[in-house]
Amino acid sequence: MTFLLFAEQLLNGLQFGIMLFLTAAGLTLVFGVMGLINLAHGSLYMIGAFAAATVAGLTGSFLLALAASLVAAAAAGALIELTVIRRLYKRDHLDQVLATFALILILSEGTRWVFGSFPLYLDVPRYLAGPVTLPGGIQYPLYRLTIIAAGLIVAAGLFALIARTRIGIQIRAGEADREMIAALGVDISKLYTLVFALGAALAGLAGAMVGTIQSVQVGMGEPVLILAFVVIVIGGIGSIKGALVGSLLVGVTDTMGGVLLPRLFALFLDPSAATTVGASLASMLIYILMAAVLILRPSGLYGSA
Amino acid sequence: MTLTKMGLMATTAIFAAGAAMADGKVKVGMITTLSGGGAGLGIDARDGFMLALSLSGTEDVEVIIEDDQQKPEVAVQLADKMIQSENVDVMTGIIFSNLAMAAIPSAVAQDKIYLSVNAGPSALAGANCHPNYFNVAWQNDNLHEAAGAYVTRTGYSKPFILAPNYPAGTDALTGFKRFYEGELAGETYTTLGQTDYAPEIAQIRASGADSVFFFLPGGMGISFMKQYADSGVDLPVVGPAFSFDQGILQAVGAAALGVVNTSQWSKDLDNEANTTFVAAFQQEYGRLPSLYASQGYDTANLLLSAMDKADISDKDAFRAALKEADFDSTRGDFEFGNNNHPIQDIYVREVIQEGDIFTNKIIGVALKDHADAYAADCKM
Repeated sequence: MTFLLFAEQLLNGLQFGIMLFLTAAGLTLVFGVMGLINLAHGSLYMIGAFAAATVAGLTGSFLLALAASLVAAAAAGALIELTVIRRLYKRDHLDQVLATFALILILSEGTRWVFGSFPLYLDVPRYLAGPVTLPGGIQYPLYRLTIIAAGLIVAAGLFALIARTRIGIQIRAGEADREMIAALGVDISKLYTLVFALGAALAGLAGAMVGTIQSVQVGMGEPVLILAFVVIVIGGIGSIKGALVGSLLVGVTDTMGGVLLPRLFALFLDPSAATTVGASLASMLIYILMAAVLILRPSGLYGSA
Repeated sequence: MTLTKMGLMATTAIFAAGAAMADGKVKVGMITTLSGGGAGLGIDARDGFMLALSLSGTEDVEVIIEDDQQKPEVAVQLADKMIQSENVDVMTGIIFSNLAMAAIPSAVAQDKIYLSVNAGPSALAGANCHPNYFNVAWQNDNLHEAAGAYVTRTGYSKPFILAPNYPAGTDALTGFKRFYEGELAGETYTTLGQTDYAPEIAQIRASGADSVFFFLPGGMGISFMKQYADSGVDLPVVGPAFSFDQGILQAVGAAALGVVNTSQWSKDLDNEANTTFVAAFQQEYGRLPSLYASQGYDTANLLLSAMDKADISDKDAFRAALKEADFDSTRGDFEFGNNNHPIQDIYVREVIQEGDIFTNKIIGVALKDHADAYAADCKM
């Protein structure tokens, strides 16, 4: 394996991880602050992508499309919180899982109703298209570099929000002791709506950015949701820092595993068996990672016990 | 002749007459994918099927349509319902091979005729072929075999090939290699449903390949093509029609331009049946037909042709009438081999742009009168 290939794959892993972080951050906030398991988080990701594709189709502007994804997903998130989620905080996790699973079905079929069954078109804007040559001679798509940069900026903003602002203090306090901050006069239900909308907006943004290089179609959010849950379990539930570290770990492990394992098996198996065994084992790798983390640290890397 | 025997014969005659008088009508049970990620395929197949019925003006076909949600267990339940409570004569509609394997063997064993609009798993084409099972689309390997033949003929000598790690994916690469002579730059199985192909594209870049063959149906293909076009790797791409059908081309956009793909049908095939079909489909549904729609359309016309020749109550005659395949196919020539799978030409198409619309144009024939590799194992 050459250095170039290795470096390119490392960047791929990093980019995958950053995208996962945007989805997982909202999920872990909602889980941490409100104690809610939200299976419909992947649907908000899908809503972001569909909103972006629609606006890009109408206006031709990629930046407007990204803005639309944020607004649409946040609005959908707030609406869902006010109408459905609000009734679930006091229920146990099984009720929450059932209700939010129903939301997945409703949102998916609703989207199909509005947009039809065929995938939508959303493409990289011309000024971000094509590859650039990085130091060391690595050719890498400019758009993916942009994703990495945008994701890091959002992550920094999120950390600043949580650590330095009044809202952030309230969110952290909400995680630590719900009754106490309500007693201190914080409007807890407004805070919950806000947190939920924030998480939804991040998921929507991720959906739009990823949808641009993948396919914008009904059901696109579910595979991401599973990975996002793996990330927050590894990182520790409720921890933004954990979500970031977990995302990068999962992203890099998944990408490098898929590349390196078949090569490893090729050393002692014939090529076609090596690809099959390697590919199968690589797809298990992140779950093995999750199991290992849980054995060593049952509440995740940065989870409070 | 004893009295009982005579009585029995009379009863049989009445029964037969009853069934025939029961209108000569045929009840069709269509199980297809109408929701979820693969819904576009099922909707096209259904629309093509219904279009053929409405164009024929027949009132002798009753169609019951159910959505299998692309889940094998749902397909099995629906099949049981169609057979036991709806009592259909003919079944059709299943798009995905794993669902086909779950539902079809038991349906044909219960003496229902099954006409496949799409799925053609190898397991039903060889030793386990069945007189009640007719495939109107292709055997799964066919389009990949054609791609292999095309790549060899074009003179590419180091293709990189990839497909998802599931039965139809392994069939695809096997089919390709059956007709490709030469060495491979690399062979990779991806995860089913994978959406990010950056790692595979990096491998292609590093492999020294001179071309790429891929089988990634539906959304997977859209993701791959967009990312491939953006990666700066500009090797020629060859694939089966599934990744470049009319339903998804608009979502891939300019990234697909110039890609060569193999198909048994194309909208610009010059024959009367096809011209009628393409125009009528556009008028009825306001979009261009895909190959799935053409397969649904052909399936309905095959059924109608058999109904003209035989009554459904006489299963042997009806099967024989089906086997004659005496209908005007949108593909031009069409006939069944010994295993009730098509013997047909497979074309090479190129993705072009007509105005705002991305579509395909035929640029040659990959394989002529092509049957499948499993027919010899079928004892029929």
